[in-house]
Amino acid sequence: MRNEAAQELAAARATRPELLALDGIGVRLGGRQVLSEVTFSLRKGEFTGVIGPNGAGKTTLLRVILGLLEPSGGRVLIEGEPLHNSFLPGGRPPVPPGASPIKRRGYRARNKAAIGYVPQKLVIDPDMPLRARDVVSLGLDGHRLGFSFPSRQRRELIEAALRDVGADGYADARVGELSGGEQQRVLIAHALISHPKLLLLDEPLANLDIKSEQEIVEVLGRLAREQHIAVLLSAHDMNPLLGVMDRIVYVANGRVATGPTDEVVTSEGLTRLYGHHVDVVRVRNRVLVVAGE
Amino acid sequence: MHYLFEPGLLGSGPVRTALLVGTVVAITSGVIGVFTVIRGQSFAGHALADVATTGGSGAFLVGLNQFWGFLIAGIAAAALMEGIGVQRRRGRDVATGVVLGAALGAAALFLYLDTQQTSTTGASFTVLFGSIFVISPDTVPALIASGIVALVTVAVLARVLLLTSLSADLARARGVRVKIVGIAYLAALAISVSLAAVAIGAVLSTALLIGPAATALRVTRSPVRAMAAAAITGLAATWLGIVLAYDSYYWPPYGHGWPVSFFVVALVLVGYLLSYARRPNRNRMPRSPHEGTECSPA
Repeated sequence: MRNEAAQELAAARATRPELLALDGIGVRLGGRQVLSEVTFSLRKGEFTGVIGPNGAGKTTLLRVILGLLEPSGGRVLIEGEPLHNSFLPGGRPPVPPGASPIKRRGYRARNKAAIGYVPQKLVIDPDMPLRARDVVSLGLDGHRLGFSFPSRQRRELIEAALRDVGADGYADARVGELSGGEQQRVLIAHALISHPKLLLLDEPLANLDIKSEQEIVEVLGRLAREQHIAVLLSAHDMNPLLGVMDRIVYVANGRVATGPTDEVVTSEGLTRLYGHHVDVVRVRNRVLVVAGE
Repeated sequence: MHYLFEPGLLGSGPVRTALLVGTVVAITSGVIGVFTVIRGQSFAGHALADVATTGGSGAFLVGLNQFWGFLIAGIAAAALMEGIGVQRRRGRDVATGVVLGAALGAAALFLYLDTQQTSTTGASFTVLFGSIFVISPDTVPALIASGIVALVTVAVLARVLLLTSLSADLARARGVRVKIVGIAYLAALAISVSLAAVAIGAVLSTALLIGPAATALRVTRSPVRAMAAAAITGLAATWLGIVLAYDSYYWPPYGHGWPVSFFVVALVLVGYLLSYARRPNRNRMPRSPHEGTECSPA
């Protein structure tokens, strides 16, 4: 049993690994099947949108990829390494036999370091004593014990990350006093500073005005192109992303359809996914998904 | 100067002890208070103080120093608070309310028995409103050591606590054990509340925890500065409170000093009100009214 699993792991490593691969992921929450048979993968520098109506399971999917939620079936591979414990029998982390417990933790920590995360709309109190630069600084080592001492190198790293997202103008402002779009930029800088290979964003465009929405999409598109970071973001509206998205993962009814947007977002494809008739209407480069008769 | 510093102030042993203990208490409360406020756990601080009342009055009954009573009850309450249904906010509210009621009821019994047994009314006052001038010098090393333990705990956890306050999910995704961090922090909070209870009383300890921190958060931007400002504000209130209480011995009614707790809490309030007078320079515009509206079709 163990041998088989080890062989499977070796085979997974041998084939040129994608940055992130989901293989038949299923999730049960409270006895209800929330997601089933989710399979897709993405490579460096690709821009993927997880699109679907509210409550379709987008956040659940992102939580599985982050390792916050153990799937009930299937597996998540990050650079060919399984993320979740349940891949090997006995729930053991995927480390060579005989490795110390500390090393095991190290393996999981490395997987997690590959992902930068921007959580769903945070409500940050204006009295929160964190400047934009403090939030970015927490991206470097906020998960570690002890405290960090200021240094010039650290300062330069933080300012570079803020510049990358165009947030250097308000580095010293309290993050709770910034607008929604400005906060998103700071949180993206927070995620970027640890040099992740994958940037995961949960509804980063929700509650933004149209201008900020376009600016955030532009920043993310640029990061994917220029820094070869894979971007995976969830949104309930695909339209702001049509210009930058390499692949769509359309979530509905607990299942997904994935591929290039034009192939996935068709009346036939989405009707099959939703399980009832849906019309896809294209108006001046915009896509509307409308429930049919 | 003569009017502020009455003769013999620094020559008095109890005053020196009070200033030393007051220093430890003010710094611990200020620093830990900053995290209490940003984590939104002011109510937890208050709940711990209520339960500490029970511990302090019980300790009196068995002849133990009240600090140990505060500390044991506080730590036990912290463990219990983490234990009961943290998942459901409403359930937690109800459970906390019921437990607090029971704790204060027990405190009433203990305090009644204390006054019967010792035939003085001192016990109630000491437990509820503090007694910084009558701290026995033997307990001072324990008080200082406890303060250091609490401060070191929070210093080690500082970054993780800030990240968790920003977003618990963000911290979890980075591999932080949010639950264990929360328990360690509550233990530090329990120690801090016990120390403040010794100085200004169990009932008033929250004032020293929350007041200076809230003041500091209004006038500073960065976490380190907020902690420093809270500690300094707390120190100023405590020291000045002790001096004024000493002076008040010469105020009417003559021969009876006013309680230190009154002065400390009043000064904390003055500090907080002053912070409204001077807001930090807000060079940023307020949030635009357009945010929060979704303009795009789904």
